[in-house]
Amino acid sequence: MKDNIVIVGGGIAGMEAARQLLLLGYKPILVEKSDHLGGHVADWHCLFPDMTPAQQVVKDLTEQIKDANIFLETEVSFINKMKMGYNVMFSNGVNVICKAILLATGFDLFDASKKEEYGYGIYDQVMTNKDLEHWFNTGDDKRITGKDIKKIGFVHCVGSRDVKAGNQQCSKVCCITAIKQAMEMKERFPDAEVYCFYMDLRLFGKKYEDFYIKAQMESGVHFIRGRVSEVSENLQGQVIVKTEDTLSGKPAKITLDLLVLMAGIVCNREAVQTASMVQVPIDSDGFLKSRDNILNIIETDSKGVFLAGTATGAKTIPETAAEARAVALAIHNYLVSQQ
Amino acid sequence: MMEFGFSISPSSTMNLDKVDFSLYERLCEIEPDAKKCMACGSCSATCTAGQWTGMSVRKVLLDIQRGKEAEAARLLKGCMLCGKCTMVCPRGINTRHLILSLCRIYGEDEK
Repeated sequence: MKDNIVIVGGGIAGMEAARQLLLLGYKPILVEKSDHLGGHVADWHCLFPDMTPAQQVVKDLTEQIKDANIFLETEVSFINKMKMGYNVMFSNGVNVICKAILLATGFDLFDASKKEEYGYGIYDQVMTNKDLEHWFNTGDDKRITGKDIKKIGFVHCVGSRDVKAGNQQCSKVCCITAIKQAMEMKERFPDAEVYCFYMDLRLFGKKYEDFYIKAQMESGVHFIRGRVSEVSENLQGQVIVKTEDTLSGKPAKITLDLLVLMAGIVCNREAVQTASMVQVPIDSDGFLKSRDNILNIIETDSKGVFLAGTATGAKTIPETAAEARAVALAIHNYLVSQQ
Repeated sequence: MMEFGFSISPSSTMNLDKVDFSLYERLCEIEPDAKKCMACGSCSATCTAGQWTGMSVRKVLLDIQRGKEAEAARLLKGCMLCGKCTMVCPRGINTRHLILSLCRIYGEDEK
């Protein structure tokens, strides 16, 4: 009988860690608060840089962890520290004694309605990156379906690099997501002009710069350097965007049929509560605090408590998966050392 | 007329709804690499004529993307066609060739 391991969160980090722990001969217990696995990725349509269907990624991982104990629609009610480990009580009444806990609690998408000046939830033709992915998946959104879309704008850094919005971090993945979505919209609306409003383009990952050049060369996306200051609505229901075209050094305005806000990555609020049960504090950036941010980002100062994925900050899927594999090994080594 | 000691300044706001992309589109047809510019400014930094005349390939491209043809033409007059900008462009744009193509378009329009 191998030791019990509790994984909190059934997104990419939790699933990949569960997969690796199963391969190492453990039978992890994975709890997920929602009714499905895959986290935010399950809501996405295609993934950069190879336009892999998100559903395929979630399906592949789900199939490979079917031997784990998975509780959906379940949360952690409380955790008690014991001499040799932890006593974890779940909201479904199950009680587990375990030696290791993995917090793979992920992130919350920034609530774009907090940036009132962008008009999300106020003006009809404003949506978020997540809403757009939902439309890609279902074809159902009254902001797009049946509308004559001739001009589309993407606003970068919504709720990112924004001290007043409570998140001064760069969310890392929005630049590439905006470019991906801009190109996808251009494919669906070939006659439309597509604009990206950015401060700077942070295209750090594998093939991201290729994406940028492709967006310029093949899709003809217009890149306007400047942070959108405010959005208003005209009588026709279109949105008017104000920004500075900082390359020209002049204020600029433009009327658009659809505006997509690239909502950023912020720490999962409920995770903060769970983390506090095992004395894992919050770092100065608002995410869960690792032992250190160089070699021990997946470890904490609490014995037997580990972290993986976006619980510690914005990450891409490959970065999250790599961390999940590393954490599985770290947990294994920890359990061996405790024998 | 009574002088009150103040006047009304025209708005400096650019209305991007009214930008005429036709010159930019014509340029892109013969010089597709014009679309590749990422406004890094190396061309302007290395331009020998730029410091005296204000010539900058980056600004020329930006002006054309914003429909400011006359301003682009004014800047182009400062170019000596030395080609240093082509050597430094990190995106590999043949800027010298692009300038010549632009001049050809302007020349056609003057006929």
